[in-house]
Amino acid sequence: MTLTANTAQVVVSDLITVTIDGIDVQVPKGTLAIRAAEMIGVAIPRFCDHPLLEPMGACRQCLVEVPDMGNGRGMPKPQASCTLECAPGMKIATQVTSPVAEKAQRGMIEFLLINHPLDCPICDKGGECPLQNQAMSSGRGESRYEGVKRTFPKPVSISAQILLDRERCVLCARCTRFSEQISGDPFIALVERGALQQVGFYEDQPYDSYFSGNVVQICPVGALTSAAYRFQSRPFDLVSTPTTCEHCAAGCQLRSDHRHYQVKRRLAGDAPEVNEEWNCDRGRFAFVSGRGEDRLRYPLIREDGVLRPASWPEAIDAAVAGLSRLGDKVGVLTGGRLTLEDSYGYAKFARTVLGTNNIDFRARPHTAEEADFLATRVAGRTLGEGVSYAALEEATQVVLVGLEPEEESPIVFLRLRKATRKNRTHVVTLAPFASNGTVKLGASLVQTAPGEEAAALDNLTADANTVILLGERAGWLPGVLTAAAALADRSGAALAWVPRRAGDRGAVEAGCLPGLLPGGRPVADATARVDLQAAWGVHALPATAGLDADKMLAASGNLGLIVAGVEASDFTSSAAALAALERTPFLISIEQRHSEVTERADVVFPVALMEERAGTFLNWEHRRGRVNTVVKHSTSPMTDLRVLAALADALGRPLGIRTAKSALAEFDELGAWETSAPVATPSITPVAVAEADGLLLATWRELIDGSRSNDGETALQATAKAVFARVSPNTAADLEVETGDPISVQSDSGWLILSVYVTNNMADGVVWVPTNAPGTPLSNLGVTAGDLVLVSKGGAA
Amino acid sequence: MTDVLTPVLSANWADERPWKITNYEHRGGYSALRKALVQAPSQVMDVVKESGLRGRGGAGFPTGMKWSFVPQANPNPKYLVVNADESEPGTCKDMPLMLASPHTLVEGVIISSYAIGCKYAFIYCRGEVLHVIRRLQQAVREAYSSGYLGRNILGSGFDLDVVVHAGAGAYICGEETALLDSLEGRRGQPRLRPPFPAVAGLYACPTVINNVESIASVPAIIEHGARWFSSMGTEKSKGMTIYSLSGHVQRPGQFEAPLGITLRQLLELSGGMREGHQLKFWTPGGSSTPILTADHLDVPLDYEGMAAAGTMLGTKALQCFDETTSVVRTTLRWVEFYKHESCGKCTPCREGNWWLVQLLTAFEQGKAVPGDIEKLLDICDDIGGRSFCALADGAVACVTSAVRHFRSEFEAGMKTPAWELFPYQASALFGARQEVHA
Repeated sequence: MTLTANTAQVVVSDLITVTIDGIDVQVPKGTLAIRAAEMIGVAIPRFCDHPLLEPMGACRQCLVEVPDMGNGRGMPKPQASCTLECAPGMKIATQVTSPVAEKAQRGMIEFLLINHPLDCPICDKGGECPLQNQAMSSGRGESRYEGVKRTFPKPVSISAQILLDRERCVLCARCTRFSEQISGDPFIALVERGALQQVGFYEDQPYDSYFSGNVVQICPVGALTSAAYRFQSRPFDLVSTPTTCEHCAAGCQLRSDHRHYQVKRRLAGDAPEVNEEWNCDRGRFAFVSGRGEDRLRYPLIREDGVLRPASWPEAIDAAVAGLSRLGDKVGVLTGGRLTLEDSYGYAKFARTVLGTNNIDFRARPHTAEEADFLATRVAGRTLGEGVSYAALEEATQVVLVGLEPEEESPIVFLRLRKATRKNRTHVVTLAPFASNGTVKLGASLVQTAPGEEAAALDNLTADANTVILLGERAGWLPGVLTAAAALADRSGAALAWVPRRAGDRGAVEAGCLPGLLPGGRPVADATARVDLQAAWGVHALPATAGLDADKMLAASGNLGLIVAGVEASDFTSSAAALAALERTPFLISIEQRHSEVTERADVVFPVALMEERAGTFLNWEHRRGRVNTVVKHSTSPMTDLRVLAALADALGRPLGIRTAKSALAEFDELGAWETSAPVATPSITPVAVAEADGLLLATWRELIDGSRSNDGETALQATAKAVFARVSPNTAADLEVETGDPISVQSDSGWLILSVYVTNNMADGVVWVPTNAPGTPLSNLGVTAGDLVLVSKGGAA
Repeated sequence: MTDVLTPVLSANWADERPWKITNYEHRGGYSALRKALVQAPSQVMDVVKESGLRGRGGAGFPTGMKWSFVPQANPNPKYLVVNADESEPGTCKDMPLMLASPHTLVEGVIISSYAIGCKYAFIYCRGEVLHVIRRLQQAVREAYSSGYLGRNILGSGFDLDVVVHAGAGAYICGEETALLDSLEGRRGQPRLRPPFPAVAGLYACPTVINNVESIASVPAIIEHGARWFSSMGTEKSKGMTIYSLSGHVQRPGQFEAPLGITLRQLLELSGGMREGHQLKFWTPGGSSTPILTADHLDVPLDYEGMAAAGTMLGTKALQCFDETTSVVRTTLRWVEFYKHESCGKCTPCREGNWWLVQLLTAFEQGKAVPGDIEKLLDICDDIGGRSFCALADGAVACVTSAVRHFRSEFEAGMKTPAWELFPYQASALFGARQEVHA
């Protein structure tokens, strides 16, 4: 029920004038009458109309009279204003001035209500229901219907998450159009006819979509509800707060609704430039992970080898004692949950308080090549200098490298789908096989086994209307980022880095890299350091590049570690990561929930959940998304910044910031480093894959996987994709396996037993395994994309 | 009386196995095709335009003009789709035609396709009439083997393939855009217009959709000329057409006569109403056209005459009911049909017919209450002209016209059940005897 502003640049000569209820209004050509009426403040009631879906004209609620089509002749019947394009000189009479339109609308509401149950008092939609509202505005007070209402058994589960109460449905087809047109998962469709028409689904294939929650939000009645929110609250008891999603780098604007100090639901916000009016199911439903028993509620310190609860002063003293012993022999590992302000706090803390450049946000496979790429091609580029969502829509070609947008950045996926549908944008993806998302984008697959991407990029044609999107995985394998940069330079194509995690882009800007200071200032550049010294009021900053995350773990035997927002399974090998954490002389964990990291820490500081604090996420476009405090407690919770500030104070080297507001103000004052960084890209020869037994491993994270941020939301977890290891038909034949057979995937450190799915058009000699499937995280094997694994038939899957 | 009838389409129906291609050819079949193929397509189109042939499916849109809407410059393929989804209650003209003489249609399809530049034509036939579908398929097979279909037809260089498609049995699929959706393999529901099928129809390509009878009339027009055709009929309703009489008449059936004939003449041809009974009311073109009464026996059965009488020529399905019939009950049966056949896409048709059935049931049971007639008409007012496609207009036409002509029967429905006012056995045509003597 929202009006999207027409964002296109309108040339005045393209405007046409129509008269609505006697008022002249100028609208762009092609404007629908229902939107033109909105421009003069006339809200025509509607159900099937949705500005982001193709017009349908099914509910007939928005009928208006057209006394003049612009050619002097009127239309004999009332017209649906949601399908009626304005023509020059057209005269339209809405319910405001036309008794015919008014009666038609009144009649339509009456029809919609005759078969609608009067269960508003127990319906989740009651209070925010377009049918309820429009029954009040356009309906009659008392019913004339004395007949029998249509009933259905209720509710029907169309997926683990989505429930359907068919008797409430007004058959507007918003949900079916969304699933067909927007997300491309047409597993629901209208079936049967007449008054028995209903939303149906194919039992063998439930409504498995990463975007299914949107159909609940756009349903104009209470027919579609989510298992998560059903019967949880009344809309009028909720307090709504706009905020930004923390699950990926798409930067979705959300509306977070809470009651009784608890978030009850999250809705897609209205952000035409970013997520339009959609979001993914993970962003919508995964917000309860902080409510479990594992939530940290007070600081912990290690005493006689055992963690025990401690007061804040006690814990800070313990941390300070440990840090003082180590001097600058400390490293900082930050993770994806951190906001821009948090990252800036850690980056400044490492440099000014610890005196080290040992800081890295890349708790995942990473390379020096990636660090260089981020320093020269990403850091300091602001919104407008780089690629935006709108640019994706306008591009004639989009090349995806190391990126499965539906899994790793779902809103990028939706925008690409829109681009392919509306503008025939051609998507090319470099991947070992065509994923479901690839198929839905109609993308051309450039079949690449891990390690072949750089060569494939060298052979790709691109032009100035091409956008190259690089996922985080593009940085895992040598040569890929370099080849992509070379392709962009060669062809004039635009290049954008689409990290997976919400905090990654901000971490780059904030300087959570061993060679990069805030604002894209290179550590190696003395003038950049002097600039920052002056701004921070410190005498010196460490001049040599620090250790990256892998090196910090490797050197942890004589390196203290501060770890925030990192899980062991984020790294290639969780066992190696945990061993490193055990080796370290001193470990501080700043965390929301107990984890394998907190278990090994010497001091643990609990910090606020996302919904309890404020901040900013930079999305992949470098667009700022405001994170607002949703649940306000009477005492302000401890945040990462306040913990760091307290430690800094106790160490006698004050941080100078302790709130998100002051951190952002200081960060903004610093600004970006304007001296253009050297663009020369290192020449890297891809490592030749050793001829050895085994299959090349390909992998990525699926959207709904074993990530701890999905914890607690069982209905969401139940919609996760089935876990398979994929191999090509030839490879399957070599292994003597068929779809459904168990196979074991083995490395030096362990094995996983997975069910195999023989995938057509997949590179031979490759096995694809989800990175973090529930119960079978790849980090148990200590291998990542491009590594060789031994695969054999058998195992007790 | 023989001079009243003008059998053209039905001329060979009484022949020995008229559906066989040899028998059809023996009577001069496919000679019109030979005639057409030596002319330019535009000439063929002009002849059809000049003939004044209007669509025989109900709306009466000029066929030649419809063809001329196909943008010949459009690079996409052009399609001809024959609407053989005859489902209107009372209508039985296309099925007998296709059953008796399928080649008349096939020849019409070939000539029409030639005229509009179509190389791939479809006959969308109602799925329930399997015997007709088989006849059509057989006729198409025969036409292929005789060189009337396929590549380089009769050496003219014109190629045409014809597909006989069986629908799955839905009234809505007679609506041309729903038919296209169904033909494409989707669920049959009407499409948003514009774009109109002539511009973006089947598979989003320019498409002409014509009724069986319209296309079947084309060979005769080509054979005998536009002037011959327009010499029949009335000023604006040219040519001959098939009227199907049913109900309480002595000899129901198809009567091919010039447009403008009256029901009185047709009743004379069919032996009048059944013995001892008088005409009470009738539909001019199926249940979607407002009903008429014995007062309208002399109104010409053409497009203009029917419009002047406040109804429509429709499919020329003349259902005749005698004085034993309850108007309330008949109306209820019709609306039950519309309720069952509403596709469900738009609110007024889907919900309105659901409601109308319940209200009319109350009238039939004698349980209506004062104000219900006004309510009935008000609901019809909220359905008619408000729906996505024209089918809902047809659904309320029988109700409003029934109230207009027989309001007293509805008033009686507030006190007395219809079966007491009009004992149902009295109006039954079939099976009544057993019931009476049981």
